[in-house]
Amino acid sequence: MCIGIPGRIIKIDGRMATVDVGGAMRNIALDLIEDASPGDYIIAHAGFAIHKVDEEEAIKTLNMIREITGSVEDYDAAF
Amino acid sequence: MKHVDEYRDSALARVLVDGIRQVADRPFKFMEVCGSHTVAIFKSGIRDLLPRNISLISGPGCPVCVTSVEDIDKAAAIAGMDGVVLATFGDMVRVPGSRVSLQKAKADGADVRVVYSPFDALKLAQSDPSRKVVFLAAGFETTSPAVAATLGRAIEAGVKNFLLLSVHKTIPGAMRALLDTPELGLDGFICPGHVSTIIGTAPYRFIADEYRRAAVVSGFEPLDILQSTLMLIEQIREGRPSVEIQYRRAVSEEGNPVARGVLGRYFEASDANWRGIGVIPGSGLKLKTEYAAYDAERVLDIKIGESRETRGCICGMVLKGIKNPPECRLFGKACTPETPVGACMVSFEGSCAAYYKYGAR
Ligand code: SF4
Repeated sequence: MCIGIPGRIIKIDGRMATVDVGGAMRNIALDLIEDASPGDYIIAHAGFAIHKVDEEEAIKTLNMIREITGSVEDYDAAF
Repeated sequence: MKHVDEYRDSALARVLVDGIRQVADRPFKFMEVCGSHTVAIFKSGIRDLLPRNISLISGPGCPVCVTSVEDIDKAAAIAGMDGVVLATFGDMVRVPGSRVSLQKAKADGADVRVVYSPFDALKLAQSDPSRKVVFLAAGFETTSPAVAATLGRAIEAGVKNFLLLSVHKTIPGAMRALLDTPELGLDGFICPGHVSTIIGTAPYRFIADEYRRAAVVSGFEPLDILQSTLMLIEQIREGRPSVEIQYRRAVSEEGNPVARGVLGRYFEASDANWRGIGVIPGSGLKLKTEYAAYDAERVLDIKIGESRETRGCICGMVLKGIKNPPECRLFGKACTPETPVGACMVSFEGSCAAYYKYGAR
C-alpha cells in the first residue's frame, strides 16, 4: 500500500499539479513538498506528492551499479 | 530518464547476482519489511536468482494486513450508523472482522465507499453536508502525512462533517519488536523505501547501534533490491552495521521534514494493536485532543462486541517472519485471495497473497 509512483509535473495550479504518471494524467496535491516546478519528477502516493525525485542521485546510483558490474559507460551519456 | 525501466536491466541484474554469489560465504537472512518489496521480489523472480544461502523473508509491512480485527469491527459499526458514509482505501473493505468485512457490511446496506486518496473522501463530505463522512485512515508513515494534509484542508475550508478513524501505524517500533523475537535470527533489514522518504534514516539507527544488525533503505526495482542485498552482506562481512540508503533518488538522510511537520500538527504517537502481533507501544498515531471534533472515536458512539481473531489463521507468525504462508493449514484451501480468511491474504501486498499468486513455496 506504500506504493509510490514516479510521475512528471506538467502543470501547477495553486497547491494542485497535473502529473503525468506513466502516461495517465492525475491531479496530485503538493502540500507535502516544497519548490516543485513543471518538469520535475515526483513520487506520487495516495493523491499527494511525497518527494521530488533527485535526478543527480538517480544517475549516481545507476553509475554505481555499472561500476560494480564492471561496465565503464557513463550513465549520464545515455540520456 | 523515467526512473523505472533503467532499474530493470536483466544483464546488469545477472552481474549483481554474481557479485552477491561471490561474497555470500555463509547463510544470510534478511527481512524485507515492506509489502511492496515482497511483491517486487516475487514478480522479478529475485528469490530464485539468489544463491540458496540467502533468504529473504517477508515482514509486517502491509498496512492492510496489520489492521486489527477490533479496528475493522469499529469501522463496520460506524458504516452501519444512520447518516454516515464510511470511506477507505480499496483493500481495506475485504479485511475480515470478527463478524463481517466492510464489503459484507456494504452488501447488507451500509454506505461504504472506496477511494483512491483521502482527498476523495473530503470531496464526498463537501458534496453532501447532511451526512458525516468517516475516513478509515490506514497506512504507515508514507500515507499518514497525506491524511494529515487532507484534514488540514478540511479545517481550512470549514468542513464539519469529515471525520477520521485513525488506525495509522509507524514502522520502526515494529522492527524493534521483530529484533526482540529471538527465533527470527535476522542479519538485517531491507528498509521500506517510501516510509523512509518521509522519516529519513535516524529512526532506524537503533538497528545498527543497539542490535548490531545491517539496514539498507531500498528502492523497488530489481536492480535496487539486488544492490541493497549486496550492501547488506558487505556491512556484515566488514563488521560495520549501519543504516545506508540505496534508494537515494527518493530518500535522503533527513527524510521529508515538510511532511513530518504537517503530520505532527494533527497527530501524536499512541499505542497500536497490530493484527496477529499485539500491542506495540508508541507505534500508532491518534489525532491530538485539539482536533477531537474530527476524531470518529471521540465524536461517534461506537459500540462493538468482543472481537475475536480468525481461527486457524497464523498471520501473526507470517507477519513476524517466523512461518511461511504455505505452512498454514488454510493456505490455498479455505483461504485464497477470492475468499481470504486472514488479512495477509487480502491485499496483493500481503505475504500470503504474494505467495499464492506467484506459486512460491
Ligand atoms: S493463508 Fe490465510 S489463514 Fe493462513 S495465515 Fe495466511 S491469511 Fe491467515
